[in-house]
Amino acid sequence: MINASDKDIVVAANVTKQFGSLKALNDVSLAIPFGAVQCIIGPSGSGKSTLLRCINQLEKIDGGAIWVDGELIGYRRVGDELHELSDAEIARQRLTTGMVFQRFNLFNHMTVLQNIIEGPLTVMKRPRREIVAEGMALLERVGLAEKRDSYPIELSGGQQQRIAIARALAMKPKLMLFDEPTSALDPELVGEVLAVMRDLAASGMTMIVVTHELGFAREVASDVVFMDKGEIVERGAPDAVLVAPQHARTRDFIAAVLK
Amino acid sequence: MSAVTQAGIGRDLAGVAGLRIVPKRFYGRWVAAALILLALAWVVKAFAQGQIAWPVVAQFFTAPAILGGLVNTVIMTVCAMALGIVLGVVFAIMYMSPNPVLRGSALFYIWFFRGTPLLLQLLLWFNLALVFPTIGIPGVMEWRTIDIIGPFMATLLGLGMNQGAYTAEVVRSGILSVDVGQTEAAKSIGMTRLTTLRRIVLPQAMRVIIPPVGNEVISMVKLTSIASVIQYSEILRNAQTVYYANARVIELLIVSAGWYLIVVTLLQIGQYFLERFFSKGRGERRAKPQIAEETGA
Repeated sequence: MINASDKDIVVAANVTKQFGSLKALNDVSLAIPFGAVQCIIGPSGSGKSTLLRCINQLEKIDGGAIWVDGELIGYRRVGDELHELSDAEIARQRLTTGMVFQRFNLFNHMTVLQNIIEGPLTVMKRPRREIVAEGMALLERVGLAEKRDSYPIELSGGQQQRIAIARALAMKPKLMLFDEPTSALDPELVGEVLAVMRDLAASGMTMIVVTHELGFAREVASDVVFMDKGEIVERGAPDAVLVAPQHARTRDFIAAVLK
Repeated sequence: MSAVTQAGIGRDLAGVAGLRIVPKRFYGRWVAAALILLALAWVVKAFAQGQIAWPVVAQFFTAPAILGGLVNTVIMTVCAMALGIVLGVVFAIMYMSPNPVLRGSALFYIWFFRGTPLLLQLLLWFNLALVFPTIGIPGVMEWRTIDIIGPFMATLLGLGMNQGAYTAEVVRSGILSVDVGQTEAAKSIGMTRLTTLRRIVLPQAMRVIIPPVGNEVISMVKLTSIASVIQYSEILRNAQTVYYANARVIELLIVSAGWYLIVVTLLQIGQYFLERFFSKGRGERRAKPQIAEETGA
């Protein structure tokens, strides 16, 4: 077990996840405090994206338990049994978290502004007038107010990802999950997305960022986790993990990325 | 060496630039076009001189019996297609359910209704009273089957359920065509499975669903004609009734064909606009919807 307190927004305890014979997560325990910018790095297939997807219940865990914002996710405890939650209850639990995907996943049949207000409109059922104003404010914040009536296909990858961030923020989450947000971008577009994320971190948002951008991690992260083969190998302050790693596997990975 | 060649090209370019361009001539196309026009003229001449009483065609084109049949054809097309689409969506979703009973019954439905001839299904529905003299909930309410399943109901059930089996596969392929990332994004903003389907997946699946369904609406218009065998008075059956009386067989068949073509043409125009509507965010589309910026005060 791990030490967890009320100050933690995410507590993962002995989490395992299996895809067929592959152990994607092997007894992973991790507590992340409110206000943290937690970066997770590691080679592909190390389980870092899987961990993020488990926190948002896009994957179902096979063992262990995860609490988000003090609430056990996916199950309700009844005596000494765990009852699976209904679709609607899981949807409600997901309101705590916002998620940004590697491939943006903007709704292709909706304009930029429609994408942003879709959640507040259909999930929170808030009045359109309020949420359009809020949506425009979010678009200003990511610097794309003039694109409000464009369709995703008309935007660059960097612009799409900034819209995706605004869409997640429109639900006013307590925690933002970023699943390799810059990996699908052309190199010259990475900066604009990182700038928005940097701004978000500075505003005090709690963030979990799976990334290969070691520079960003070093600059913005409050804490860095290195994962390999479904396990947490090393954890610590950015300078400790990224500059003077304790484990050979971490050293090899960082050397390979920087090469 | 290369400098010399470049100089040569440069000299040629200067000489060529001002010359007149004569387009290529396509002699084969001209011959083909001429042959087709000739054949067309021959067909027109044959019909003009043939044993067709064109005034009779004109007279019966708007005859009450024909127009009544036309209305019934259109009503049946709309009802059977509506039933087919509803069943298609329901069975497509059942087919994709993890529940083996739901999935199994969808598979059985598609297997049965795609696997037997439509005409046979119509006859089965029409003769249902032979098997079940009464239908309903025993003891609560019951009706005589023969009162409920007349030509209209039998045709509707036959065409609609058969259509549903085909439409289920079309809808399923449409749903599968939508990237799984769209579903994940919808879930991540707190949508339930049903809202995701309604707001995100189905609207995008429509782009793939509309062309084949449009195709099926058009074949439905014509399929209604087989309901003439179970006495549903659609346009072809009414035309037959008329020509049994006046022996103007070809004239009345021409009248029917004319009406089918008119209905199908209108449907094709409708399909064009529907496709344009659902291709939103896919390059070609109509004017963008504007969201009013109602900022309150």
